[in-house]
Amino acid sequence: MSIELKNVCYTYSPGTAYEMHALKDVNLTISDNQFIGIIGHTGSGKSTLIQLFNGLMKPTSGEVLYNGENIWNENYNLKKLRSEVGLVFQYPEHQLFEVDVLSDVCFGPKNQGLTKEEAQVQAKMALGQVGIPEELYQKSPFELSGGQKKRVAIAGVLAMNPKILILDEPTAGLDPQGRDEILNQIAELHEKRGITIVLVSHSMEDIARYVGRIIVMNHGEVAFDDTPKKVFSHYKELEKIGLGAPQITYIMHELKERGLDVDTTATTVEEAKESILHVLRGGGKDSR
Amino acid sequence: MIRDITLGQYYPANSILHRLDARTKFIGTMVFVVSVFVFHSFFGYGVATLFLAAMIVLSKVPVKFMFKGLRSIIFILMITVVFNIFLTPGEILWHWGILKVTREGLVVAGKMAIRLTYLVIGSSLMTLTTTPNQLTDGLESLMKPLSYLKVPVHEIAMMMSIALRFIPILLEETDKIMKAQIARGADFESGNIIQKAKALVPLLVPLFVSAFRRANDLAMAMEARCYHGGGGRTQMKPLKYKGRDYLAFLILAAYLAVGIVFRVVGL
Repeated sequence: MSIELKNVCYTYSPGTAYEMHALKDVNLTISDNQFIGIIGHTGSGKSTLIQLFNGLMKPTSGEVLYNGENIWNENYNLKKLRSEVGLVFQYPEHQLFEVDVLSDVCFGPKNQGLTKEEAQVQAKMALGQVGIPEELYQKSPFELSGGQKKRVAIAGVLAMNPKILILDEPTAGLDPQGRDEILNQIAELHEKRGITIVLVSHSMEDIARYVGRIIVMNHGEVAFDDTPKKVFSHYKELEKIGLGAPQITYIMHELKERGLDVDTTATTVEEAKESILHVLRGGGKDSR
Repeated sequence: MIRDITLGQYYPANSILHRLDARTKFIGTMVFVVSVFVFHSFFGYGVATLFLAAMIVLSKVPVKFMFKGLRSIIFILMITVVFNIFLTPGEILWHWGILKVTREGLVVAGKMAIRLTYLVIGSSLMTLTTTPNQLTDGLESLMKPLSYLKVPVHEIAMMMSIALRFIPILLEETDKIMKAQIARGADFESGNIIQKAKALVPLLVPLFVSAFRRANDLAMAMEARCYHGGGGRTQMKPLKYKGRDYLAFLILAAYLAVGIVFRVVGL
């Protein structure tokens, strides 16, 4: 299960006054069982990028391969691709439409050709995995809170049993607690079901804690593509493109400058604490 | 997907037509529309063609944008032409069963086709060179006299600018909702007409919900800024005729005069 992008370019409204190059010569491979964060400024091309992954948009030039097959070949089954590569958009309001939560989540599985009963089994499983209690199943999706809507939207895609799950800004507009809950549940999905997760965000903090690989987009190009530690070590360059590293990275660099020999690659508060305590207790970075 | 709607699509460029006052362009379009009906000989249409071509060149808008608007009326155009060709009585040129083509029919059909085409191109030219906001400002100022007849001119203009402003927003929203549902396996293309209508439910429900929400938010934002209708409102950019507008009116008057003279002389 892998998505491969080869020399992909995407241009909006080519040949008009509004022509805009959203992606320029992007090469990427998303392989099995990864937890990936895509980060970038508004207009950096990240939304365009994820829509290429499941064939919602056709690249202006270049190839998109799924399991080695070009998805824009004539007889390629895009519907099947879209049920294997699930995409959850930023605003749950864009997809909720049914009279109650359960039937809304059933929409995806039913489109895959499941019967009503089978679809409900899938839907209930998905709703459970995102932490929606059974009392809410019969409620109208429009009466839910922002966080609950988001979960139902994620469940709507999850119920289709995707092998790769792409989430566009799943934490936007949520309070800190709701944000942590959703991110933890997504991380759990990755661990328990082995789903490849692609998380789009502009918050470094969110991403740093969970993902194993970060893709930084800037002006339609891949600026960095590496592990969080390595990406954040370029924090000066990240700042130039308006992103910056997690706050903890700055603290660690500052401490190091002031003469405390800490590990500057720490990306989470937990790691940083360990490193600082270690140094303060007398062990140098090298003696670990 | 559905972004190719030209009517009301502004094309930014720096041309004399773009700089003209919206009222001038509106009256100009009216004059052109009238002229298309005043001319009734092919020689007259030649003059109209020259005029239109000159305006297109002046507007600096690529010609293909002019014809985009035609796509939406191609059906009406075909029907008009076909009906006129077959149903106009007169000298029979060719017939097959009850279908007969007459010389008069061909002439009428040709004229209708030219008129319809020019109407659409003429009005596209206005909307391509005028932003929707300028257009509603211009309309409001042109309709001012009607307010003495208790016509709520300002409110009408405000509704029009809001409606125009919302078209691109709702189009974009439709696009996003469609994508979100396609990602969940929705199929908007295949199936018979009933299945297609049913497939629209997942699109229409979120679209309506969002339209109502946006309308609500906008009303609240307007009230929060003390909007209370037209009375005593001034404009940030009041419309003002300039030298080029008077020149434009001269040209328009001359053009219309040519049309009337042609008609009277019988050309």
